[in-house]
Amino acid sequence: MELYGHRIPMWASLGLWAVIWEIVGQAHVTILLPPLSACFMKLFEIVPTETFWSAMRITAQAFTLGMAVSILVGVPLGVVMGRSPLIDRLFLPWVSLFVSAPLTALVPVIMALFGFDETTIVLTVVLFAIWIIILDARAGSKGISPSLMEMATSYGATRWQAFIKIYLWAALPEILAGIRLGLVRAVKGVIIGQLLVSVIGFGYLFEIYSSNFLMEHMWALLLVLFFFAYLMDAGMGELERRIDYYSSVRG
Amino acid sequence: MTVVNATMAAGTAAVSVRGVSMIYPGPVQALQDIDLDFPAGQLTSLLGPSGCGKTTLLKIIAGLLEPAAGTVTVSGKTVKGPGPERAFVFQDFALLPWATVMRNVAFGLELRGVPTSEREAVAEKYIGDVGLRGFEQKYPHELSGGMRQRVGLARALAVKADVLLMDEPFSAVDEQTRRKFQEDLLQLVSVEKRTFIFVTHSIEEAVYLSARIVLLSPRPGKVWKIIEPKMPRELSPDQIRREPGYLDTVESIWQNLKDYVE
Repeated sequence: MELYGHRIPMWASLGLWAVIWEIVGQAHVTILLPPLSACFMKLFEIVPTETFWSAMRITAQAFTLGMAVSILVGVPLGVVMGRSPLIDRLFLPWVSLFVSAPLTALVPVIMALFGFDETTIVLTVVLFAIWIIILDARAGSKGISPSLMEMATSYGATRWQAFIKIYLWAALPEILAGIRLGLVRAVKGVIIGQLLVSVIGFGYLFEIYSSNFLMEHMWALLLVLFFFAYLMDAGMGELERRIDYYSSVRG
Repeated sequence: MTVVNATMAAGTAAVSVRGVSMIYPGPVQALQDIDLDFPAGQLTSLLGPSGCGKTTLLKIIAGLLEPAAGTVTVSGKTVKGPGPERAFVFQDFALLPWATVMRNVAFGLELRGVPTSEREAVAEKYIGDVGLRGFEQKYPHELSGGMRQRVGLARALAVKADVLLMDEPFSAVDEQTRRKFQEDLLQLVSVEKRTFIFVTHSIEEAVYLSARIVLLSPRPGKVWKIIEPKMPRELSPDQIRREPGYLDTVESIWQNLKDYVE
């Protein structure tokens, strides 16, 4: 964007809103919005505490585990669905249903089945992340050029070789796009899961802060989470850019 | 130029096609009762207007398609699918975009489980033979169309197949590059002593490259005429292209095919 001939960098908008937040906060308009500076100060107070790190650890663990399951199950399933009409017909209706379903409503069901602990959080992450990963991997493997598959056949590739050496790689741009979208959904999943379970992790912290009207604590925590979500998304974006060169030349 | 029989005495043919028919859903009779022999160690072209089933026939020989009737034998063995004695060169190159020239050329050997050092030694030889020395570590998107097809050709040569099946390999390559490539291919055919089956829709290309040309007629695809161009191969490429034997063959094929081109 340009203003009076000067280029305005993207982050300038963030800065502007931060200033507005600070002013509104200093004016004490509402108890719900403390000044940004106070939230930042609180950040330094919260982060070194044991409760914060234990919440962080639980969250990171559940998130990583849930994402790993989603990728290890979702990517192969999606790729196979893209290649086999039978398996596609078996799974596609369910995947399409779940990718757009209001999944939050299902979390209490998982909770009832698996109890108020980490298993529930991990499964919530999987529930949120896996569907889009399957769909994107499927789209990627559906788009593999027929001549590349003929090449695999005519040079004697076994099914396993074709899958490992060709299909996965040919579908990689779509697979990574799916994982990126899955990551964003997994962040939602891990937080929503903890909020509903509300006895462990950040869900527990949010519960304490909000019931005691500790708004500075709550905003500080949100800033941390937003920051991590952004970092992850940016990291995946960078990875996608690195393989960009061949997504356009797959032919 | 001489017109010859479709089938030959036993023993001289590398690839024999007997009674092959192909029907696509529709139904479309793509090929009807094809009897053909491909002489060993030479380049034979399948030439005809689009829709005559030349690529279909090539893919049947490759084992990528199963014919509705008839059999194909390669060196005496009946074809039931793809096999190591045949290698395919694709119209759109079909290279792995994420792999270097080296890995692409060695890919057929990689699939067979040949150890890395061994297959790279073989690949290196053929990368040199097709004129790509120095490009081993490049990726396909860094190469021109003509160079990409050289990679495709080197990959087919590297698996040491007796029969090379080429599906309009130069149609996606620009004209100047194509001529140079044709000359290099002729050189390779004479050095490598393998059987080449070459699909093209270019009359000039077929006459310039082939020991024999199979003319196919369209709908349904049938063997219509087989021509062996006679010209002094010892001449330089430019002289051949001006040579009466070459020009007459091109002209007579054109006269034959004209009826199919509206």
